[in-house]
Amino acid sequence: MIETLSQPWPWWVAGPLIGLIVPLLLLAGSKKFGLSTSFRQICAAAAPGQIEYFRYDWKRGMWRLMLIFGIIGGAAIAATLLASPDPVVGISPATHADLEALGISDFKGMVPSEFISWSGLLTLPGFVMVVVGGFLVGFGARYADGCTSGHAISGLSTFQFSSLVAVLGFFAGGLVATHLLLPVLFGAW
Amino acid sequence: MHERRDVLRYVPMGVFLGIVFTKGEVISWFRIQEMFRFQGFHMYGILGSAVAVAALATWLIKRRGMRTLDGQEIETKVKPSAGLNYRYWIGGSLFGLGWGLLGACPGPIYALIGNGLSVMFVALFAALAGAWAYGYFAPRLPHH
Repeated sequence: MIETLSQPWPWWVAGPLIGLIVPLLLLAGSKKFGLSTSFRQICAAAAPGQIEYFRYDWKRGMWRLMLIFGIIGGAAIAATLLASPDPVVGISPATHADLEALGISDFKGMVPSEFISWSGLLTLPGFVMVVVGGFLVGFGARYADGCTSGHAISGLSTFQFSSLVAVLGFFAGGLVATHLLLPVLFGAW
Repeated sequence: MHERRDVLRYVPMGVFLGIVFTKGEVISWFRIQEMFRFQGFHMYGILGSAVAVAALATWLIKRRGMRTLDGQEIETKVKPSAGLNYRYWIGGSLFGLGWGLLGACPGPIYALIGNGLSVMFVALFAALAGAWAYGYFAPRLPHH
């Protein structure tokens, strides 16, 4: 059993299970799946300043912070008790070749650890991926009023046109990052 | 009210999500690259089937008039869809740029921390700085 669960899960197992979180949250307390609101909550709790956006009752969304504590714990369980026997994620050979041409040689783990690591922060690509990428994820998700969970899953599953626009934006940005920014960054390094 | 105790029910749901995010490799930078290079079906299959299951289940809940565990009405209506507003396509594109670079959206940032990748605290801090900057500049940004 544990042996089977320790293998990477195919999309047709993982996808429906992620989708199930939407009805679970509705049944648990009429909550809407959306994780980037947690950024607003943490800012409101830690450094609201005089900013109107952060001057609201962030504790009303305590359920979301609990969900996130759970995510961190669940990920820790998956990474230890259910660790995959092969640490290399089975991406397509074409992607492997493209990334190797870009300058990545370590394919173990969930991220390219030559760049996304503490020492990797001292490289140009690593710094931009983690710090600039992280900043844009936070800024963009709040500007768009949602991220992958709020727009791509909750929004699309309730047929929100605004979420479709946001998701098309996600892909436009991701394509630019992948096909323009990354080659420039790695080329310059 | 009994609010304080009630929020604990969201912890096991999070544990479930954290396990699925990790075992489904949604948190893999490599998988996100594969997706943005259109070289694999994995991420599309995950997103597509998640949306399908969520849509079907939400429809069922609405149709059956189901209630929450505490017997309250379930609000499935969302604010009216405003469509092509600036915030969705500009904000969405900026988010996408970040997603493509970092290879992780908000849920996976937390899940990667749980995976023991402590450098993701830097990404989380950067994301919080980004969210803070949005709040600061929001009055001057085009939204509608």
